[in-house]
Amino acid sequence: MRSATIRSAAFWTALITFAAANGSALAQKKYDTGATDTEIKIGHIVPYSGPASAYGIIGKTEEAYFKMINENGGIKGRKIKFISYDDAYSPPKAVEQVRKLVESDEVLLVFNALGTPSNTAIQKYLNSKKVPQLFVATGATKWNDPTHFPWTIGWQPSYQSEARIYAKFLMKEKPDAKIAVLYQNDDFGKDYLKGLKDGFAGKASAIIAEESYEVSEPTIDNHIVKLKASGADVLISITTPKFAAQTIKKMAEVDWKALQIVANVSTSVGAVMKPAGFENGQGVLSAHYAKDAGDAQWKDDPGMKKFLAFLDKHYPDADRTNSQVIYGYGAAQTLTKILEMSGDDLTRANIMKQAANLKDFTPDTLLPGVKINTSATDFAPIEQLQMMRFKGEKWEMFGDVISGEAVTH
Amino acid sequence: MSAVEDVVTEAPAVEAVPKRAMTLGLGTSLVVLAALVLAPLFVKNFIIFQMTMLLIYGLAVLALNILTGGSGQFSLGQSAFYAVGAYTSAILMEHVGMNYALTLPIAGLICFGFGFLFGQPALRLSGVYLALATFALATAMPQLLKLGFFEHWTGGVQGLVVTKPDAPFGLPMSQDMWLYYFTLVITIGIYIASVNLLRSRSGRAFMAIRDNEIAASAMGVDVALYKTLAFGVSAGITGIAGGLGAIAVQFVAPDGYTIVLSISLFLGMVVGGVGWLPGSIVGSAFIIFVPNIAEGISKGLSGAVFGVLLFLVIFLVPHGARQVAIVAQQLIGKLKK
Repeated sequence: MRSATIRSAAFWTALITFAAANGSALAQKKYDTGATDTEIKIGHIVPYSGPASAYGIIGKTEEAYFKMINENGGIKGRKIKFISYDDAYSPPKAVEQVRKLVESDEVLLVFNALGTPSNTAIQKYLNSKKVPQLFVATGATKWNDPTHFPWTIGWQPSYQSEARIYAKFLMKEKPDAKIAVLYQNDDFGKDYLKGLKDGFAGKASAIIAEESYEVSEPTIDNHIVKLKASGADVLISITTPKFAAQTIKKMAEVDWKALQIVANVSTSVGAVMKPAGFENGQGVLSAHYAKDAGDAQWKDDPGMKKFLAFLDKHYPDADRTNSQVIYGYGAAQTLTKILEMSGDDLTRANIMKQAANLKDFTPDTLLPGVKINTSATDFAPIEQLQMMRFKGEKWEMFGDVISGEAVTH
Repeated sequence: MSAVEDVVTEAPAVEAVPKRAMTLGLGTSLVVLAALVLAPLFVKNFIIFQMTMLLIYGLAVLALNILTGGSGQFSLGQSAFYAVGAYTSAILMEHVGMNYALTLPIAGLICFGFGFLFGQPALRLSGVYLALATFALATAMPQLLKLGFFEHWTGGVQGLVVTKPDAPFGLPMSQDMWLYYFTLVITIGIYIASVNLLRSRSGRAFMAIRDNEIAASAMGVDVALYKTLAFGVSAGITGIAGGLGAIAVQFVAPDGYTIVLSISLFLGMVVGGVGWLPGSIVGSAFIIFVPNIAEGISKGLSGAVFGVLLFLVIFLVPHGARQVAIVAQQLIGKLKK
């Protein structure tokens, strides 16, 4: 109560001063909780502990990024206060931490919360409180739903977008393919499978075999043997890193010479291709939307130079080849862009309006040609990927950037 | 270590637990009660939410305390019962449209049945073997919830979003505050019932089994019946806690009820003091707030800091909050003299 009185007193003082000095300045400056003349408070949750703590790197990168923004004078003179909490990848904990952010720390918005279960748990709360849930760090397709959840927006390509791209690619390059699908039995795998089937629309018969596995299975060898027996000549491997590596290795062992497409989440050279054996991974296909810091072709790329300079100065102990670092940088840059676009109207409604008004925005770390576009009816920022093929010890991009946008919603 | 000693070592003869050792004195109880009733009036909604979670986990720890502290049986499967309770409430509310308050007794009954049935095979096991069997239950549960067969009801991997109830009769309080008082009433009810249970004939049978199974059966205690009964009661209370948890968090998903939850509850019981019912709430506070404190000290090493804090507690006060309470009581006693 008391702070409200002080604030309103300050407001009236400001009003009188401004009215005397400059009438138009007043009309522009508008704030909601969490934003002032000097500061913008951003809330964030990510698992720093627990089984998914590898993602904590994203939070650390973003923290370093905003530190850099602040050292360079902030956004229009306002410093970013980045408050990041650990949710340990547990939905009840996510609810507790997000409520703390909104009700106790009084943040302007919640940014890049990670994980489908955690985001699902906080979505209804944030939408009822009309707090922006910006650029959620999950590939589930359901975040693109402006009609029911106007305060929630995604960032990375959805699993369905990516799957549709593979379907498009196969229909064009290998129209008579007999396709086998191996997928993880959870939201990730099922979302993906749906995208694939949508992508093949009229030609769903192209998928001749499906196998699912549980994350808790120690090995997926028997699934590979079964799929091989189906006689398929293409394998789409919707797997997380450990299982992707097993799949690539096992296919070589049983001498199954099918064209293999592996999901983008499992394209890490260090975590997948190397353990699987480089000789086994030759010719494996996938798709990506961001640059790889370990790839020599970006040596002279201006965007990557900026990225590496940032790491040298503000986050020197980061692993440069870790894709989480690239991810955090891109997401933080997108948020910075939104805050710049919002100008002096830092209300939650205007933030959402600007987030849904990105036109051909290209963060430094995205592949050339991949652009972020959003609109009032399109809450899926990145929807393009480029195909890539594993050759030697790295991925090589080929073909055009393909859009995975659904034809009809 | 000491927790294991508390229940596993076959002490030749153990003194009957006096009434006072199991509960707080009347005066202290009233002070705690007053604090729990009045506190929400002065704090923000999200702290009320945390306090609600405190009571809910407190109930779940209490349930484990009855099983382990009362009848001497281990369980690492409490997360499974908690999940069944949570899903029962969520499904009844969202698919059947039932009132949230009515779903709780149903969740309790279903879990009681589930626990009682699970108690049958568990009869053949004891000590660490029983702990392993229940561990299997906890690891299996999230996957069972994902089964395509149940997906229409459970929402599969996506889980179910639950609507939070408003305060009834147009009471002028927020949803959080209403839910807190609602939970408080249920918690107090279950606490009083549990204390009475442990003091009753059945409770004495539980403890006789805990202290010496052969002696208990020689005295005419139906060991099989009371062991399964303890499992049933514990599962039933955990189920009610799970139902309340689903309503408070507004979301159920298989990933919310992994083995980590079971271990947290076990930890809460040990920190609170095995067999000391008021300790449940202290244990619950430990598992909710200490991870936050650890995170405040170091984000990157929060797990390690938590480990150190836990180690200190176990090392300094191996009998948990009960030990602290006893020491405090003795000090006060000395001062009075």
